[in-house]
Amino acid sequence: MSRRISYLIVLTICVGCLLSMRTPLPAASEQFRGKIFSTGEMPPVDSRTELKPGDKAPDFTLPSISGESVSLSRFLGTKNVVISFVPAAWTPVCSDQWPGYNVVKSMFDERDTVMLGITVDNIPTLYAWTEEMGGVWFPVLSDFWPHGAVARKYGVLRSDGTTERALFVVDKQGMIRYIDVHNINERPKLEVLMQELDSLK
Amino acid sequence: MRNRTVVLLILSFVISCFTLYAGAARASGLPPAEGDTFPEILLPSPQKWSEREYLGLDHVGPFKISQVKADTLIIEVFSMYCPYCQKEAPVVNELHQMILSRSDLRNKIKMIGIGAGNSQFEVNAFRNLYGIVFPLFPDPDFSLHKALGDVRTPYFIVVNLKGSGSHKVIYSRVGSFGDPRQFLESISRKSGPRKGA
Repeated sequence: MSRRISYLIVLTICVGCLLSMRTPLPAASEQFRGKIFSTGEMPPVDSRTELKPGDKAPDFTLPSISGESVSLSRFLGTKNVVISFVPAAWTPVCSDQWPGYNVVKSMFDERDTVMLGITVDNIPTLYAWTEEMGGVWFPVLSDFWPHGAVARKYGVLRSDGTTERALFVVDKQGMIRYIDVHNINERPKLEVLMQELDSLK
Repeated sequence: MRNRTVVLLILSFVISCFTLYAGAARASGLPPAEGDTFPEILLPSPQKWSEREYLGLDHVGPFKISQVKADTLIIEVFSMYCPYCQKEAPVVNELHQMILSRSDLRNKIKMIGIGAGNSQFEVNAFRNLYGIVFPLFPDPDFSLHKALGDVRTPYFIVVNLKGSGSHKVIYSRVGSFGDPRQFLESISRKSGPRKGA
């Protein structure tokens, strides 16, 4: 009997520990009050990329919210590129991540780098979402149709049809120099990305 | 024997559910309301000597708000990633400049910012971007943010530091505080007569 009570206590402690290890939820901006779908905590990563630093970055052409199509190869020889995949519009974390990049354009400029933001949402959704952010300086690309084709090419399409929260740094020669398939529940730290861009100089 | 096992399993389940509920309630704790005592949070050491001087701290290292030499402390919980905070930054700066320009207020009302989920690098980026001169503190693991009730950003809390007793919250709201001049008048009224007045 006392052994069972011990089991019970251990079980309760385990549940408590699991709770205390919960990933902290990001501070939500009042800007999006009532407009963000709560996804709850999700499996940190749900895909596996075959790409690795040193590989040639797969080229792609996607429609953007400005109406023009954007190809990765357009920046060959001229700019480093950060490809920012975020899981979905109107979800937590994603709705903060790009507004952060939006105010530090000068940091990207200083490092001769452009950013390409990609989600699997369609153009009207992406347009409305980024308008709510107040607009962003970088091209926002839709990988909606064929659904998630570019995300699949990069190995970051999750089993539910969204993408990972992933950053790929591509240098001016079109080579992948850094990959961060991040915990989907957390925002990547800006300084880590900037350090990677600094290493390209 | 079998019945006892079933009872134990049910009991275990109930306790687990209760623990889950209690954990969830704690994780989504409420922010300090007006009239509440401000929680005794420990803030990181200010980076610059000028910030320590502004706050009247006589030591290097983490500090409690009760150690700030002022009658009133305005705390902004912000994030570099929050578009609302970005838009509000010039208004917050205006409020700070207004306080500094008033000889009767500049030593009485102090301001700080807490960057929820922001690293030192991200806080510095926000500071440089908007030319913020009052002290901003990083909160990379959200521990301060959690202690303040997982608030949405920007969130403003004003604490009355007068007296040796508990520090009462006199303003606690999410979003813009509106016109800086009216806000300043309002918190001056709520904080009552100043020390030595």
